[in-house]
Amino acid sequence: MGIVIFDGVAYGMLLFLIGVGLSITMGLMNFVNLAHGTFAMVGGYAASVLMNHFGVGFFPSLAAAFIAAALVGAVLEFCFYRRLYRAHPLDQVLLSIGIVFVSVAVFTYFFGPTMQAFQLPPLLDGRVSLLGLEVGRYRLFLILCGVAVLAALLGVLGKTRYGAMVRAAVDNQRVAGGTGIHVQRLFFLTFSLGCGLAGLGGALSLGMLGLEPSFPLKYLVYFLIVVCVGGAGTITGPFVAALLVGIVDVAGKYYLPEAGAFLIYVVMIIMLLARPNGIIPRKGLA
Amino acid sequence: MKPLALSPARLRGVEVFFWLALASSFFLLPDKLTLMSQIVIFGLFAVSLDMALGYAGILTVGHAAFFGAGAYAAGLLAKHGWSEPFSGLLFALLLCVALGYVLSYLVVRGADLTRLMITIGVCMLLAELANRLSSITGGTDGLQGVVIAPVLGLFEFDLYGKTAFAYAYGVVLVVFLGVRLVLRSPFGLTLRGIHDSRKRMLAIGSPVEARLRLAYALSAGVAGIAGALLAQTTQFVGIESIGFNRSAEVLIILVLGGTGRLYGGMIGAIVYMLVHDWFADLNPQYWMFWLGIFLIAAVMLGRGGIMGALSRLVKTGRAS
Repeated sequence: MGIVIFDGVAYGMLLFLIGVGLSITMGLMNFVNLAHGTFAMVGGYAASVLMNHFGVGFFPSLAAAFIAAALVGAVLEFCFYRRLYRAHPLDQVLLSIGIVFVSVAVFTYFFGPTMQAFQLPPLLDGRVSLLGLEVGRYRLFLILCGVAVLAALLGVLGKTRYGAMVRAAVDNQRVAGGTGIHVQRLFFLTFSLGCGLAGLGGALSLGMLGLEPSFPLKYLVYFLIVVCVGGAGTITGPFVAALLVGIVDVAGKYYLPEAGAFLIYVVMIIMLLARPNGIIPRKGLA
Repeated sequence: MKPLALSPARLRGVEVFFWLALASSFFLLPDKLTLMSQIVIFGLFAVSLDMALGYAGILTVGHAAFFGAGAYAAGLLAKHGWSEPFSGLLFALLLCVALGYVLSYLVVRGADLTRLMITIGVCMLLAELANRLSSITGGTDGLQGVVIAPVLGLFEFDLYGKTAFAYAYGVVLVVFLGVRLVLRSPFGLTLRGIHDSRKRMLAIGSPVEARLRLAYALSAGVAGIAGALLAQTTQFVGIESIGFNRSAEVLIILVLGGTGRLYGGMIGAIVYMLVHDWFADLNPQYWMFWLGIFLIAAVMLGRGGIMGALSRLVKTGRAS
């Protein structure tokens, strides 16, 4: 029981890391972005290539994954996304499905359809005893990462000038622009930050989910569930939702293997019925 | 360039010509009939998506749920002894309308993002269900052993797909005319109004939610017929007929043809399936790449698809 919850929390942290960027971009820009998994994949492959071919260590590779995904996100934002902020959601969906398809094809072409090899660093290999539970070190590391990112994001958004600008733009874009906030640049920075976090999550998922070119399609629904159930535009909402999804999914696979991924969709639909705007809706929506 | 003018009577002539041209492939392309029946079936599927997406404006990326449900309904009915094709279609239609109507309560409320999630979620849920219940549905191997009785008791489904094409063509034509009638009725005009301005429709007293629910259910039913047709003509139901990829595919077909236009789905299906057939020996990964490029280009260069481009060249009689 304890270990199931622990694994679920670790899985949830991973989903949170990848999904939180999506939550910010959806809340801030109202952009229905189905291509978020692509950025996670970019980060994952960047880390994997660095580790397997260039012998870079695990931790520097994580940083590289963040930077690579943020850069790709910045380029795509500049070329495509920024033209569609005011467009119909259908256009946004089509664009992001297009990006997913292209990325899946390109990564298959360069890296082959198989799963990327991954070797845990010795520091994170093995198990450690915690409160009477034998838990995997890697999973513990995931949880620590998730909590650190949550704390950092809450700090940045709650205490800094940049965070105040982001919150203002989420609440009311026009008024925020009227007070002299450069909303377009804010979008650009925030989008890149969200993509970078997704890349970090993608790199961390190497040891847990495994990485293959179909990653963005396979886990697309999970990221969307986290954002949708949690409430787009918040930080704590996706965090709670990610933990919920992680625990339900792991517990479902553990106790009810026949049901498989089934349980998670049922939970999502029930949650969306109970709270259509998310567990923690953003201000002005509830 | 001066747009070519078309009077309403001429326009009707073009419509008749379109359907006659499709029918003529029965004689002109006797070795491509399987492809042709798939084209009309996917055309109908795209038209059903257009009812929900293009006309009613319900953002859905999970329409394959109904296509697959219809396919499995018809396939299972035939497998378990009831092999008369038309009643199979009717069964699939009723089932999908009921399913669509129940789901519409979830889909119609909420913002675009919630709608999108519910439609994707339901589609994935049904796909997972089809995968898990492999003792009933055949799982990833697909539903095999579907035997369909001769159409009207006279025409047996043959190896060359002649009966399959004639049957699919006939059903698609009838259903398409039905959809055309519905969309040109006051109900269809209400949908257009809701699509353009929901607030104003509410203000003039139109029951917006009820109309959207009905539109979604009808669209689900038409998608179910398309799925059932595919199951009956191929006598097989693959797991891929339900699921996200099929939903994305039909979205691409519709966007290619043009959303919010009656013939957008049909034209899109013809072009998409022909191009797909052309590049059949291409690696599926490259196919995916070009599809992605096409989607990005379609969004960046402006929507409207083939019908949108045509409407710039040809002016119809009615002032728009």
